[in-house]
Amino acid sequence: MAIAVIDYGMGNLRSVSQALEHVAGGEPVLVTSDPAQVAAAERVVFPGQGAMPDCMAELEARGLKPAVLQAAKDKPFLGICIGLQMLFEHSEEGDVPGLGVFPGQVRRFPETMVAADGARLKVPHMGWNRVWQKPHPLWAGIEDGARFYFVHSYCVQPEDEALVTGCCEYGLPFTCAVGRANIFAVQFHPEKSARDGLQLLKNFVSWQPAG
Amino acid sequence: MLAKRIIPCLDVTAGRVVKGTNFVALRDAGDPVEIASRYDEQGADEITFLDITASSDERDIILHIIEACARQVFIPLTVGGGVRQVADVRRLLNAGADKVSINTAAVQDPDLVAEASAKVGSQCIVVAIDAKQVAPGSWHVFTHGGRNDTGLDAILWAEKVAALGAGEILLTSMDRDGTRNGFDLALTRAVADAVAIPVIASGGVGNLDHLADGVSLGRADAVLAASIFHFGEYTVRQAKEHMAARGIEVRL
Repeated sequence: MAIAVIDYGMGNLRSVSQALEHVAGGEPVLVTSDPAQVAAAERVVFPGQGAMPDCMAELEARGLKPAVLQAAKDKPFLGICIGLQMLFEHSEEGDVPGLGVFPGQVRRFPETMVAADGARLKVPHMGWNRVWQKPHPLWAGIEDGARFYFVHSYCVQPEDEALVTGCCEYGLPFTCAVGRANIFAVQFHPEKSARDGLQLLKNFVSWQPAG
Repeated sequence: MLAKRIIPCLDVTAGRVVKGTNFVALRDAGDPVEIASRYDEQGADEITFLDITASSDERDIILHIIEACARQVFIPLTVGGGVRQVADVRRLLNAGADKVSINTAAVQDPDLVAEASAKVGSQCIVVAIDAKQVAPGSWHVFTHGGRNDTGLDAILWAEKVAALGAGEILLTSMDRDGTRNGFDLALTRAVADAVAIPVIASGGVGNLDHLADGVSLGRADAVLAASIFHFGEYTVRQAKEHMAARGIEVRL
């Protein structure tokens, strides 16, 4: 009975594990690259930072891909940032395939976006932005339109509208949260999003997906 | 809409937060972890730690501070000061920093920016630029606390580090730092307009209008200040309310 944070060597998972420990009420949080530990865990968190091609390559190299795909089928599963992007079929970043759990693409923000005052909108989209919710148990106790911390240059475009559980706007509207059955995945960083981020993680550690 | 960020900066030496004018006459402002937690409660969007420790044998102190801070403060933490190689970047990230800021070492070896961002991702790499006006509309990059003119044009340097893979620029006016006369808005605007990555304005904040000006006139994506927060003149919350009243989108 543990929460596994999947470690495939792409950056620092300490923030994620510490935030989870903060809300997990003593349940062990395991940062692991061992497929067996992922398989044995009660819940799985799939984080990611850096570039998606590197993330996919490391996942493959460490033999973690089957364990991630299996966890995405059968236990509460939370994707964060690149961990959201990798669930889709394909990314423009390095023109690489993703895990293909969800149909859809990962695309870069256009460089040409401007704000209302004519200032250029910077890429990466970095900072606190509003998240507009579609009903989902993981939003419990979080106000619609609450701000979360983002840092990314690519965003997901799901083919299936029914997957969308959260939207954001930066130059253009984009999907920042998706959910289906036991999977919930977000583009922002709940582990760095103060009270509302911790609330989302708290909701995740007690989440019992239906069916 | 994306909120403009307010970032309190903690200058840390020997495990304490200090603030001086142009790095002299340091005043003790307290315990870094305590102060960071207070700013988090007040609604700070991020916290930046600047390690101004002179001696290298005291470098590890900052790691313990970041570790302690990351256990209780769940907003982005940036650390700078004395970062010379990718191993330093990794050590800070492993201690719990989310971003690491590189200053002098980037000037001495620009490849470090490329190497570090390739290894840990652009989103973790901030390049700090200390700029000083050398002629009207012209600024050079300075090192060593503003004493050493590198001869590099600040705007061209900003463009270069962005191309090398920096995820963000922390831009400090050495003319304004410690003066409380406000940001160098012309410098801020010139750099913010030149690069496609976010720019944090720094140096010279003396009141809340200065913060708002940095965003509205300087077009900074974030504003950094130290002393106005440390000695209780203003809370971060007051700063945000003031910016909101000036029509700036903030996280309240």
